[in-house]
Amino acid sequence: MSTHTPERAERSGTDVAAGPEAGAATRPETGLLIIGASQAGVQLAISLRGTGFDEHITLLGEEDHRPYQRPALSKEFLQDKVDKENLIFRSQQYWDEHDIELVKGARIVRIERHAPAEDGRRDGSGVAVAADGTRYPYRRLALAVGARARRLELEGAELDGVVYLRSADDALALKARLGDFRDVVVVGGGFIGLEAACSLHGMGKHVTVLEHGPRLVGRAVGEDTSEYFLRSHRERGIDIRLEARMRRLVPGTGERAGSVAGVELEDGTVVDAQLVLVGIGVVPNTELAEQMGLAVDNGIVVDRHAVASDGTTVAVGDVANMPNPLPGAPEGERIRLESVNNAIEHAKVAAYSLTGRQEEYAGIPWFWSNQADLKLQIAGLTLGYDSTVVRRDDAKGRFSVLYYRGGQVIAADCVNAPLDFMAVRAALGKGQNIPAGAAADPAVPLKTLVVDRTAQEVPA
Amino acid sequence: MPTIHYTDAAGETRDIEANVGDSVMETAVRNGVPGIVAECGGSLSCATCHVFVREDELEQLPGMSEMEDEMLYGTAVDREDCSRLSCQIKVTDGMELHVTTPETQV
Ligand SMILES: Cc1cc2nc3c(=O)[nH]c(=O)nc-3n(C[C@H](O)[C@H](O)[C@H](O)COP(=O)(O)OP(=O)(O)OC[C@H]3O[C@@H](n4cnc5c(N)ncnc54)[C@H](O)[C@@H]3O)c2cc1C
Ligand code: FES
Repeated sequence: MSTHTPERAERSGTDVAAGPEAGAATRPETGLLIIGASQAGVQLAISLRGTGFDEHITLLGEEDHRPYQRPALSKEFLQDKVDKENLIFRSQQYWDEHDIELVKGARIVRIERHAPAEDGRRDGSGVAVAADGTRYPYRRLALAVGARARRLELEGAELDGVVYLRSADDALALKARLGDFRDVVVVGGGFIGLEAACSLHGMGKHVTVLEHGPRLVGRAVGEDTSEYFLRSHRERGIDIRLEARMRRLVPGTGERAGSVAGVELEDGTVVDAQLVLVGIGVVPNTELAEQMGLAVDNGIVVDRHAVASDGTTVAVGDVANMPNPLPGAPEGERIRLESVNNAIEHAKVAAYSLTGRQEEYAGIPWFWSNQADLKLQIAGLTLGYDSTVVRRDDAKGRFSVLYYRGGQVIAADCVNAPLDFMAVRAALGKGQNIPAGAAADPAVPLKTLVVDRTAQEVPA
Repeated sequence: MPTIHYTDAAGETRDIEANVGDSVMETAVRNGVPGIVAECGGSLSCATCHVFVREDELEQLPGMSEMEDEMLYGTAVDREDCSRLSCQIKVTDGMELHVTTPETQV
């Protein structure tokens, strides 16, 4: 199955400026080099084997861990309910059996593309160069480089005790500090901030969440859902401050000099914190793509087949900016999604592209977030909604919001309401609708309200 | 060692030695058993780890939570009386479990 052909890497006519760095190793050429060994990269490798791609695959990532799942880092892993071994995607045996070479701890810093052929077309081959100079020649390239935590730009942000939560190393470092603090400030009331806040609160920490915006998770859910989370989290004793304006992070004194001691707000009050966890979103890792001259605009711009602007490189997962995949979405609408489901579905699309099949993104985007006793499940995309319907059953602790665009349901946020989630996801998947009028009664199962979209558009 | 026997919809069986404490889902995924997707990694959020447990082995498993029960109404292949979400079944000492995976999970 393996097709290592080192000769190809040395062929003439490349625009590789200089030879390899002195002493640096050159690996045999691989059929497909996937840079980024996380959710999207792993899925791409697995899906390619499922679609019959028989060239050698190299799955390369900078982290020193076997590929693992991130979602638990802010939830079960932080709460010590699972350990690192539980988060590993596949056993080594699996990679070996499928001729997928796993390279850990290698950071790619540069891509050298082979020169175009005489007709000006590039076949997509080149060499990826790692920080230690090792060269990885490839025939095709996939960028699954994801995103990194956005850094806080504020006086004191470099103090010890200011932490982020994106990788296993971040989570391990945070866990190692659990004994050192009582008061934690979480900067950012998005999913990761709130999940971590709930985990830490559940472990007996005193937690304050500082959210710059007027509501929680403003980027991903509507106002009703924000309000629901705000109330629930405040009731459990998490101090949440909206429209919080921070002035600086305050250093400790004496023994704690150099470490953070609190957060000073613009009104002069100081919130004590021996740990400040920053969760203010992510920045897509587009540097390699930019250096390659690929179109970049809030992520690597790809078409419906996960192919970048050069026509050969594929880009998948958190790093990709793609056409809105929801059936019926307006032409030209683009989106960059940060979710496991997207990483998986997008990788499947890319796997087809790499084997010459032109499949489009199928399936309905979905997302989950567990925050203490609240299990949020989101189906669809709220982009461009014009009305909502709230279903609320306080006795059962259930809460859902359905989002509509032009009378058609396009998404739902469901809290502790899996039946609602499932009904909406299924309806979206079949292109069906759940008419808004009847949906507000939480006693009526949504499943019983589903109608065909076209049937509804024909006047009675 | 406990062993889980996974039979796919076409009738092919793979027997996997499992670690006590892992879930039936984790055991499958780590070894690349087809037919179990498990998008949410065991968080009881996706219902893509649906399995049918051999009828006579059902009773020896701990019962399911209300959440699992409700999630089972949203599986890609309709639930049956012997349906479970495999991320909710922990491997126990000496376990010999036979499960069948549905034709599709999504
Ligand atoms: C704490 C946390 C909780 C989450 N919870 C949920 C959740 O509940 N539900 C959900 O749907 N999603 C959740 N997510 C989001 C989900 O994990 C991401 O959407 C998913 O990991 C994206 O996968 P990816 O492969 O595109 O990118 P990433 O996971 O970011 O992986 C990219 C990989 O590429 C590597 N890399 C980058 N540049 C280079 C380079 N130059 N050379 C070599 N390697 C490189 C990185 O080190 C990284 O390992 C969560 C994320 C985090 C961090
Ligand atoms: S793995 Fe998602 S519900 Fe079991």
